Amino acid sequence: MAEFALPKHSKIVKGIDYPIKSDCENTKKINVYRWSPDDDENPRIDSYTIDLDQCGPMVLDALIKIKQEIDSSLTFRRSCREGICGSCSMNIDGTNTLACLKSIDDVKGDINIYPLPHMEVIKDLVPDLSKAYEQLTSVKPWLQSKSDPEKGKSRKQSPKEREKIDGLWECVLCFSCSTSCPSYWWNGDKYLGPAVLLQAYRWIADSRDENTEQRLEELEDSFKLYRCHTIMNCTKTCPKGLNPAKAIGEIKRLQLERK
Amino acid sequence: MQSKSHGVVHWKLQRISAIAMIPLVIWFVSSLTFSLINSYDQSVAWLQNPLNATGLVLLFGTLYFHAASGLQVVIEDYVHNEGLKIISLILIKLISILLGVLSILCVLKIYL
Repeated sequence: MAEFALPKHSKIVKGIDYPIKSDCENTKKINVYRWSPDDDENPRIDSYTIDLDQCGPMVLDALIKIKQEIDSSLTFRRSCREGICGSCSMNIDGTNTLACLKSIDDVKGDINIYPLPHMEVIKDLVPDLSKAYEQLTSVKPWLQSKSDPEKGKSRKQSPKEREKIDGLWECVLCFSCSTSCPSYWWNGDKYLGPAVLLQAYRWIADSRDENTEQRLEELEDSFKLYRCHTIMNCTKTCPKGLNPAKAIGEIKRLQLERK
Repeated sequence: MQSKSHGVVHWKLQRISAIAMIPLVIWFVSSLTFSLINSYDQSVAWLQNPLNATGLVLLFGTLYFHAASGLQVVIEDYVHNEGLKIISLILIKLISILLGVLSILCVLKIYL
């Protein structure tokens, strides 16, 4: 059956409380999920209280501040700090998002931070995305064409054709959407999930790609595609404001037109 | 059981049966509400009308088909033990066929 409760070893316990030492008024308590593969401990929630007057505006700034000033063992992915690389996706205040795009002021009360839901955890806030990347590879997210472009020229696309991949190419593959999807939680081994299906549609919708039929044929599967039950968590959570549910709907429409 | 090209057909039939049930259910419920059926004899007379019997046969057919395909999706979503999954999927199909045939035969028995 689907797992509705956490295994015994995954039950979260109370962790270490790091109160603020100096005297300041503008503070925020940040509760962070901690787990390390190196010891045999259960995951725990550590609480860090920080001075917001000495911190940048985003949740990622707070995490970096904690790592630099309070607890250097805190582990998370980050790179560009401006919503382009998709590294710092995590569950903040109950919603999957990018820590660098989530403003501290947007969270009322304590900030609760967990890794992306229902993925294996490598350490602390770092989830194992290798299966998701394999699924991405399976949809061949690159241009496939039999014909060669005009010699010395690039493949042409009219502004109208180009418009069709707006709202698709912006995806930074943070997997916030896939890991917010209950269907992906229960059947993530077979269902491709919204992030990968949006990528699949990005190439189906691209006028320069000549493998559309083959791409649709491979997606025509009751598990790969049709585990989507239009729950819409993907669209609700997307930190880039994209609409994976619509992309999946478009693939379903094309499947209907093919048969 | 989850053969290829099963996806779109199942998806389509589930939606067609859902849409078909909208007028059928409205017709059935409003018939029961407004046709002033108060006795056994009146019920039998209502069912002996060919239009009513046809409607009811269609409703039962769509209803059990739709229920079976919906339950199939639920089983596929949540039951991960392969053996248990196949057994429950077969049971759902058999039970819905059994109930569907039984319901339709009951209508025909009264009609004929």
